[in-house]
Amino acid sequence: MINWRTALLPPALAIIFAMLLSSVALLISGANPLEAFATMGAQLFHGNTAVSTVNLAIVYYLAGLAAAIGFQMNVFNIGVEGQYRFAAVVAAIVGAWMELPPVLHVIAILLVAMFSGALYALLPALLKVYRGVSEVITTIMLNSIVFGIVAFLINPEQFGVLHGNNLSTAEIAPSGRIPGIPLGEAGTLFGFIVIAGALGYGYWFMLTRTRFGFELKASGESKTAAAAGGVSAKKMTLAAMLLSGAVAGLVAMPELLGRDYVYAMTATQGYGFTGLAVALLGRNHPAGIAFGALLWAFLDRSAVSLESIGIPSEIATIMQGTIVLSVVVAYEIVRRADLAAEQRRVGRAGRNGQPAGVAEGGAV
Amino acid sequence: MTEPEPVVELTGITKRFPGVVANSDVHLTVRAGEVHAVCGENGAGKSTLMKILYGMQQPDEGTISVGGRVVELRNPQDAIKAGIGMVHQHFMLADNLTVRENVLLGAEGRHGMGRKARAELTKLAERTGLHVDPDTLVENLGVADRQRVEIVKVLYRGARIVILDEPTAVLVPQEVDALFDTVREMRSDGYTFIFISHKLDEVRSIADEVTVIRRGTTVGTVDPATVTSRELAEMMVGSELPSPETRESTVTDRPVLRVSGLRLDADDSERAVLDDVSMTVRAGEILGIAGVEGNGQTELVETIMGMRKASAGTVELADAGGGLRDITRLGTLARREAGIGYIAEDRHRHGLLLRQPLWSNRILGYQTRKPVSNGRLIDPGAARRDTERVVEEYDVRTPGVEVLAGALSGGNQQKLVVGRELSGEPVLLIAAHPTRGVDVGAQALIWEQMRAARHDGLAVLLVSADLDELIGLSDTIRVMLRGRLVREADPATVTPTELGSAMTGAGEEAA
Repeated sequence: MINWRTALLPPALAIIFAMLLSSVALLISGANPLEAFATMGAQLFHGNTAVSTVNLAIVYYLAGLAAAIGFQMNVFNIGVEGQYRFAAVVAAIVGAWMELPPVLHVIAILLVAMFSGALYALLPALLKVYRGVSEVITTIMLNSIVFGIVAFLINPEQFGVLHGNNLSTAEIAPSGRIPGIPLGEAGTLFGFIVIAGALGYGYWFMLTRTRFGFELKASGESKTAAAAGGVSAKKMTLAAMLLSGAVAGLVAMPELLGRDYVYAMTATQGYGFTGLAVALLGRNHPAGIAFGALLWAFLDRSAVSLESIGIPSEIATIMQGTIVLSVVVAYEIVRRADLAAEQRRVGRAGRNGQPAGVAEGGAV
Repeated sequence: MTEPEPVVELTGITKRFPGVVANSDVHLTVRAGEVHAVCGENGAGKSTLMKILYGMQQPDEGTISVGGRVVELRNPQDAIKAGIGMVHQHFMLADNLTVRENVLLGAEGRHGMGRKARAELTKLAERTGLHVDPDTLVENLGVADRQRVEIVKVLYRGARIVILDEPTAVLVPQEVDALFDTVREMRSDGYTFIFISHKLDEVRSIADEVTVIRRGTTVGTVDPATVTSRELAEMMVGSELPSPETRESTVTDRPVLRVSGLRLDADDSERAVLDDVSMTVRAGEILGIAGVEGNGQTELVETIMGMRKASAGTVELADAGGGLRDITRLGTLARREAGIGYIAEDRHRHGLLLRQPLWSNRILGYQTRKPVSNGRLIDPGAARRDTERVVEEYDVRTPGVEVLAGALSGGNQQKLVVGRELSGEPVLLIAAHPTRGVDVGAQALIWEQMRAARHDGLAVLLVSADLDELIGLSDTIRVMLRGRLVREADPATVTPTELGSAMTGAGEEAA
């Protein structure tokens, strides 16, 4: 059962608060907030913006899921960034090299990507489990190492190809691509949306219906209680980190297999960090993450339209920042209010409204 | 020795929490230069009362007067100004600072940081029997010395009235004696102590006066020299005291748990926390383990549960065929599946997921078994239904099973845990302090459920600090001291006093 008030009130409050705050910023910079918000909304209906927003949201959704899996086990996988980039370059190289029939080729590339993502998460996972090294530190370091690895691998002396001025991997054959869903004038939707949806469902099913998901959540909330219940915290940390890395490995796949077919030095970065924010916005819930991803993608895309009416695009960044901050605060406030309300409800239960004496359940 | 005028007087203190009255109409009078014990069961309201006296919580009604003057203590700083200091049960020291830094931290204003502070510190260390270099890091100190650092800290801030909250819970008997010697010396120097405890033998040996709290209110103040432990115990638990009369024995000769030569080394040294522990629990038997806390009971339970790896020895559990199966190499989950139910001593740390609903807590530890799971998949519907059954059968007072476990009171949380652990058709139940911190109503219910399960052939390993609980429930009692089982006692004949002295090692030679 979902408590809708607890689930929906905080993000709504956060968005309103963020709009108010950015209105202040807009007023200070001499712009009309209403005009700015109208432009941001209207741009969705121009050309292919709506579809490209959704396409970007698919990428954010995958990154959000990857981060959320870690959050469930109290693992702060900042390394989604490094893991997805490592996986992307490896998958692009292997994908271009492989020759397989259509569907198999795609599946093989996706498996390679997941495996590579998990592999890149393995070192931090092992260090955390066996040496107690904070995964935050190790993954941040690996994020910066990945830059060098990508540069090395797509050097023409290794696996790279030079196109004009740009270095990239070799092109993946058509059999390894995921066809888009053409929507005419509006553009082409990534076919990967189907896989992302399935992944979201799988994530939900894992958490709520499987023993593994239960153990993950239990261990994430209380390692000691989970240990007494027969769940090894080490095993769960390792599993959460590797699974998070595997999903992170898919982050670049919609673009690689649906649009670019090569992984270039100039490929967009930063999806991993966005994923952390999106997971936070969505409270690690698959539907919430989808909402967060769409919102984030919308704000990203609308930044461009703001420039066209002479408003600095940073206003969108300000909104993103305030939304994340206020959503965290709002969730905490609502959570505490709910807990207090529940305690009062429990206190009243079965005692005809009388406060309990110490003798009957009131001991402190 | 005791002067007549009261230094601390609490009158009509009442403190309510949402849905709960923690203290109601409490009266406490402490005279200068005495050791005044405040006694009561876990959850009777001692801690709340002391938090009020130390300014950590404000009473809803009643007055506090110190030295004859009514004071309002809004925070610990106010209490310190009034000359009241508190040594918490869980030490509040920074491990990576030295003794001197710990004492001075936050009290730099009193004597500065230099020579004067050092001189004062040396004087106080002398007075409290703290014989360590003030530049030693606190992390290198033993428990007893850390406690003395806490006392010095309190005195350094000018306290003349010192609250000691369960100071002996973490100490071994010799350290307890040493602490008591220090307390006696300081008493003759004019310090006043308020000594919180539920251990009757200690209270009787150190206190000049004893005030007993039961169910949040003061039952009376007595002279420990003129009452027996039994009388004191009865004041503490009221008429609910289980009578240790012999009951119909349900003990069979079928062993369910056999532990042989169990040894557990401390994490980072050769010292044994458990040393050659051997015992057998039979079907229908409740084996009680008595002992001062910190003598290895926690480790024994956790080793049997597979949460710690034994250094030597074997653990065997009855299997379906009636034989014994070696489970020494199995993990916690496999041991639970083999039929061990586990009521952990700290239900918040080990028993419950406080931010999960009750039905989710029903699954914990049973995530591989019917009815809540089929091994891989969880069945939330079945978990909800079975939780409703537990709520009904074990009288867990809750509006529903969607409530978060953290919203329930201690007694109701424990009833849920007991209900869960008896639901998995266990052959062995390990109950560590099963009624600690729960109200009397829940206590009676939990005892009744354990007796009923024992009657149905369950083997129970009961660890408790509550001697009356041990005597009232157990078929056999073993005393644990410094990681060894040192003595066996018959609950039909043993008295709490005898058991108490065996626990402190006094009865070791006699055994």
